[in-house]
Amino acid sequence: MDTLGHLAHGFAVALTPINLMWCLVGTTLGTAIGVLPGLGPALTIALLLPITYQVAPEASFILFAGIYYGAMYGGSTTSILLNTPGESATIVTALEGNKMARSGRGGAALATSAIGSFVAGTIGTMGVAFLAPVVVKFALAFGPAEYFSLMVLAFITVSAVLGSSSVRGLTSLFGGFVIGLIGVDLQTGQPRFTFGSTELLDGVDVIIAAVGLFAVGETLYMASRRYAGRDEIVPLRGSLYMTGAEWRRSWKPWLRGAAIGFPIGAMPAGGAEIPTFLSYAIEKKLSKHKHEFGTVGAIEGVAGPEAANNASAAGVLVPMLTLGLPTSATAAIMLSAFQSYGINPGPLLLTTQGDLVWGLIASLFIANIILVVLNLPLIGLWVRLLKIPAPQLYAGILVFATVGTYGISQSPIDLVILYLLGAAGFLMRRFDFPTAPVIIGMILGPLAETQFRRAMTISNGDWSVFYKHPLSLTLLTLAFIGLVGPHIWAYVEHRRRGGPEHVPGDA
Amino acid sequence: MLNRRRFLTGTAVAGVAGIAGLRLSPAFAQSAPQLQIFVPAAPGGGWDQTGRTMDQVMHTEKLISGSQITNVGGAGGTVGLPQFISQWNGKGNSLMVAGMVMVGAIIANKAANNLTQVTPIARLTGEFEALVVPAESPFKTAADFVAALKADATKVPVAGGSAGGSDHILFGLIAKTVGVAATNLSYVPFAGGGEALSALLGNQVAAGISGYGEFSEQVKAGALRLLAISADKRQDGIDAPTLKEAGIDVELFNWRGVFAPPGISDADKAAMIALVETMAKSEAWASECKNRNWTQILLTGDDYAKFVAEDSARIEAILKDLGLA
Repeated sequence: MDTLGHLAHGFAVALTPINLMWCLVGTTLGTAIGVLPGLGPALTIALLLPITYQVAPEASFILFAGIYYGAMYGGSTTSILLNTPGESATIVTALEGNKMARSGRGGAALATSAIGSFVAGTIGTMGVAFLAPVVVKFALAFGPAEYFSLMVLAFITVSAVLGSSSVRGLTSLFGGFVIGLIGVDLQTGQPRFTFGSTELLDGVDVIIAAVGLFAVGETLYMASRRYAGRDEIVPLRGSLYMTGAEWRRSWKPWLRGAAIGFPIGAMPAGGAEIPTFLSYAIEKKLSKHKHEFGTVGAIEGVAGPEAANNASAAGVLVPMLTLGLPTSATAAIMLSAFQSYGINPGPLLLTTQGDLVWGLIASLFIANIILVVLNLPLIGLWVRLLKIPAPQLYAGILVFATVGTYGISQSPIDLVILYLLGAAGFLMRRFDFPTAPVIIGMILGPLAETQFRRAMTISNGDWSVFYKHPLSLTLLTLAFIGLVGPHIWAYVEHRRRGGPEHVPGDA
Repeated sequence: MLNRRRFLTGTAVAGVAGIAGLRLSPAFAQSAPQLQIFVPAAPGGGWDQTGRTMDQVMHTEKLISGSQITNVGGAGGTVGLPQFISQWNGKGNSLMVAGMVMVGAIIANKAANNLTQVTPIARLTGEFEALVVPAESPFKTAADFVAALKADATKVPVAGGSAGGSDHILFGLIAKTVGVAATNLSYVPFAGGGEALSALLGNQVAAGISGYGEFSEQVKAGALRLLAISADKRQDGIDAPTLKEAGIDVELFNWRGVFAPPGISDADKAAMIALVETMAKSEAWASECKNRNWTQILLTGDDYAKFVAEDSARIEAILKDLGLA
C-alpha cells in the first residue's frame, strides 16, 4: 500500500506537462540513437550531462530514463531489418528477426519486438517499483562462483545455435573464445594474443565482430551468389502487423523473457546479453515450430530475447536506485548526474530522495507507453526499406556497418577488423559454419574465465565452492539437466514411439 | 576534426536545448575550447568521477564549450595508456585522468608504456583509503582483521581495484608491517568500483580496500563497517581511527591528476595548465571535492613532473619489496 501511495505521488510528478515533454524528447532521442550502431545511451546521456545545471533533477532524470529505454527499443530495428545489431543486447534478435524480415514477416518481427519490449519493460518497471529490495538481496547473493555457474548454464544455450553439425558449431564457438582472449587480461594486466599491437590490447569489440560476421559476411555472400537466383528477399507477405497466430506464439515468450531478463539484469555482473541467450535457447526448446528456427525465422526467437533485454534494462535500475551501485555504463553516468545535484546515491537514496526516485519510476511507465505508440506506426516505414533492390540495399548495409563501426572509437584498426571478420563470415557461410556461436564464445568466454579465477582466488584454490554454494549448485544442476535432459527425453520418446515395432524382432 | 558522433550528438543537444527554450550565450558557445577527457577506467570508479566532475565544473564555470569523455577501462589504466599515447598523440585539447594506481599498474604489469611518455599537467586531489568489512563480519576492529591475517592470510580474501593498484599496495603494506608474507595474501581484483562494492555487500569477500569516497555512503547507511583509514590524521566527521592509531604503521594517499598526450605544443600545454588551474581554484570545484572527500593537493607543470618521477621510484621500491614487481 505504501508503495502504491509513493507511486501515485511519482505519477503526479511525472505527469506535469513539462516532465511529459522531457519524457517525449528522451524516448524519441533514445529510439534514434538505438537505431544507429556505435552510438549508445551511455554516451548520449554523458553528453547531455551539462543540462543538469539548467533543469530540475526530476526533469533531467526523466529525460535520461527516456533515452535509456528508447535505445533498447530502437536497437532491435537494425538487427531485424539489416542484420546489423546496434548493440550487444540485440545480437540474438538478428538471428531470427532477420530471417523473418527476408521471408516477408519483418513487420511482424518489429511488432513483436516493440510490443514485447513494452510488456517486458512494464513488467520490469513494476519489478523495480515493488520488488526492488527483495531482488537486490537475491542479486547480491551472486558471487564469482555463482556467476561462473550461470555462465556454464549460458553455455548450454550454445547448443541452440550450433546448427546442423555440432563439430562445426563447436569450432565456431572455440574461434569465438580465441577472439575473446585477445587483449589485456584483467586479473594480471598481461597482454594475450596482441602480437605487440597496442590497438589489440583493448580486445575486439563484440559489436564489431557481430556486424562483421553477420552484416558484412552476409553481404559478401549475397554478392557472390547474386546470379544464382536464390535467397530472394520478400519485402512483405500477408499482414503488416502480427496475425492472430503470431500473437498466440508471442505472448508466452514475452513473459518468459521478462522473467529471465529482470533478475539477471539486477545482478551486478549479469548484463543484458546472457538473458537474451538463455531466452533464445528456451524458446527454441519449447517452440512447436522448430523447423522455422534458422530457416524462415521463428517469431518466438524474436519475442523472447527482445523481452529479455528490455526487462534486464529495468533490472539494472534496481541496484542503482536501492544501493547506489552502478552496474552498467549508463547507470554509472546517471549516478554521476545525481552527484551533480548534490545527491549522494547510496542505500539511503530511496528515503532521502523519494520524490525524485518515484517520479523516475513513474516516468519509466510513461516512457514505455510513449515508445510503443511511437514505434508501431514506424513499422510500415521501416519495412519499406526492404523494397530497395538487393544490390542497393546491400551496398547501404555495408556503408551503414562501416560508418557505425568507425563511430565506436574512431579507430581505423576497427575497420580492418570489421572487414577481416566479414571475410571470415563469408567463408563460414560458404562452408556452412554457423556464425552465432563465435559471438556467444566472445561474450561468455572472458566472463566465465574472470569469474572462475575470482572464485578460485576467494576460495584459495578449493573447487568445492562451485557445488557447496546452494545457488551455484542449483545453476550447475540446471545446466546438467539442460545438457543431458533432451537426450534422455529423445531416447524415451524414441522407445515409446518406435519401441513396439522393434521389440518383437529384437526379443 | 568534426567527427560524426560529436556532430550528431551536438545536433541532438542543440535540439534538446532549443526545445527547452534554453539560451546558450554566443560567447560561451564560440570562445571556450572543446575538451576531450580520456578516462582509462570503467565508468563509476575514482578516475571516472574525477573526469566527470572536472567536466561538470568546467561547464558550470564556462571554461569549456563542449566535451567528450572516453572510457577505456582495465588493468589499472595500462589498457588505456598506450591508446592515449598512440591514438591521441598531439591532440592539444585532451586530458587523461591518471594517478597513483596507474604508476603501480605500469610497474606491476611491466607495461611497455609509462607516464614519462605523456605530458604532465596537474596533480589535483588525493584520497585516503579505507579498510572496510561487511556489516555482518566478525571483524570489529583493525586489530581483529590483522589477527585473522596473521592466523591464515589465505582465508581472508580482500576485494579491491586492479592488481598492483593503490588498494593492492595498501594491502601489501599492511601485511608487510604486521609481518605477514605478501605471497600468502588473497587479493581479488575487480575492474570497477561498483563491482568490488557489490562483492562486499553480498558478503563474497572478508574485507575491502578502496578510496574512502567509494564506501562512504554505504558506511553511513550501516551496510559496511569502517575499520580504519590510511590518512595521516583523524578526519572530521569520520568515526574511525587511522591505520597508525590502530597500530599499523602505514600511511597512503591515492593521488589523482591529469596528463596531456605526447607531442602537443608548448602553447597548448600552457593553455591546458591554465585551464586546469582556473578550474581547481574555483568555488564549484572546492565544493565538489568536499562532497566527495577529496583533499585538494594542486601541483602543476614541471613540479608535477618531478613529483610523478619520485613517486614512481617510491612505488617501484614498495612493489618490489612486496614481490609484485
